Amino acid sequence: MKKKWASIKANLPAAVLLAVLVLFWELVSRTAGIAEYILPAPSAIAVSLADNYSLLLEHAGVTLSAVLSGLALAVVVALLLATAMDRWATLKQAVYPVLVISQAIPIFALAPLMLIWFGVGLLPKVLIVALVCFFPLAVNLVEGFDQVDREAVELMQTMHADRWMIMRSVQLPSALPYFFSGLKIAATYSVLGAIIGEWLGARAGLGIYMLRAMNSFRTSDLFASIIVVIILSLAFFKLVEVSGWLVMPWRRKTHKISED
Amino acid sequence: MIFIEKLSMENVSSTYYSGTQRLAVLEDVSLHVGEGEFVSVLGPSGSGKTTILKIAAGLLKPDRGRILINGKDITGAPQLVGYMPQQDLLFPWKTLKQNAALPLLAVKTGKREAYRRVEEMLPVFGLEGFADYYPVQLSGGMRQRAALLRTMLVESNLMLLDEPFAALDALTRESMQDWLLDIWRRFRRSVLFVTHSIDEAIYLSDRICVISERPGKNALEQVIELPRPRTKAMMVTKEFTLYKQLFINALAS
Repeated sequence: MKKKWASIKANLPAAVLLAVLVLFWELVSRTAGIAEYILPAPSAIAVSLADNYSLLLEHAGVTLSAVLSGLALAVVVALLLATAMDRWATLKQAVYPVLVISQAIPIFALAPLMLIWFGVGLLPKVLIVALVCFFPLAVNLVEGFDQVDREAVELMQTMHADRWMIMRSVQLPSALPYFFSGLKIAATYSVLGAIIGEWLGARAGLGIYMLRAMNSFRTSDLFASIIVVIILSLAFFKLVEVSGWLVMPWRRKTHKISED
Repeated sequence: MIFIEKLSMENVSSTYYSGTQRLAVLEDVSLHVGEGEFVSVLGPSGSGKTTILKIAAGLLKPDRGRILINGKDITGAPQLVGYMPQQDLLFPWKTLKQNAALPLLAVKTGKREAYRRVEEMLPVFGLEGFADYYPVQLSGGMRQRAALLRTMLVESNLMLLDEPFAALDALTRESMQDWLLDIWRRFRRSVLFVTHSIDEAIYLSDRICVISERPGKNALEQVIELPRPRTKAMMVTKEFTLYKQLFINALAS
């Protein structure tokens, strides 16, 4: 109970600031006579949200499927590559710098290529999401594997544990916190990646919804879709946090027994 | 019948390389541990005591010399031994039970059987009721006992203990020593015990090998003829003090 109060209290300043800003925005747009297609009032955005509720959900669903498949693909590839790089030092020396260089290519430049190669379906979006998510995941995993305690591995060797058991009981769990901090970054990038992909060409998705709203100067609809994107990103971020909390129960335990 | 030592290290030399620097860690060190014997390696910090254990466990290959376990040359090949490093190295992501079961699971014991055997041993190690606790929830003494339980469950008759009580406060340390002797008497393992505490070495050991400061060399080997079971009262006897004087001199020279 006490803890709950503390968390409400900690979030209060931000909530108040947000409320004041929205209120100020509403006031300005009502009194200053700004055209709705330039800056719609928050109330107008809320109306747009309510009116297009089911349509927005439909498009969000399309975006979400690209995000989820892309993220899953990135996780699998990053895990495989990081494991291989940890196992073979030469591979790491070869691949790691290339990985870093590849990050200098802006995704806006790569995304059109994906569309040329793979059309306007789901696949190019999945690939774009995977591309933006892959890097933070792989780099964090590599770092996580680097941090593994050498003594712990040696201890396992004196027990005659095989390589797979050492991987499972030492290397993977000690890299998990790194993996999750990479996943947090990836989760926020992933929604962005999907929307960029949709902008460039798609049949459905939040990116396309935005594009259509923009082209017909329905600015309140545009704002409504931005809000959906924000909610989606936040929900994703939270989901990653919660799964980290579930997967690493030892991280939430604290000292219980006094010295004997 | 030829007498075979449990562990013998013969004329072992080891050098530590760091970039262009080379540091002689051990120079021509020999020692042995008999079946069921408790042998301590006593030396100042930085005398390469940990290196001795790593070489004995086959984790490190010496530049010269060889290591025999049960008469077999195992130099530089990781052996199935009860090795306990300086930090307890309990894995924070595993519960006490899961940590202690590792040596059994490593040699393909079934999970249920492994956990059953851990549970069976918990009372002996004063850990009853803590099977599902994570290491972070345990006190320093309990963590050391858990690590020792894990070491005991390695199916090997040889235990290599690297200053297991160095991180504990004096009182906990003393009770852990008595407790270790009790466990040792029950299970009769051959022990190579590394420490920099003279009192601890005398109190625990059948025999003590003093290693000099870097590079580590054999400085003195002394059998401790105090009767067993040892009691804390012995620590104020004349014999104990004489041994102590001997080791102080050996370490000073």
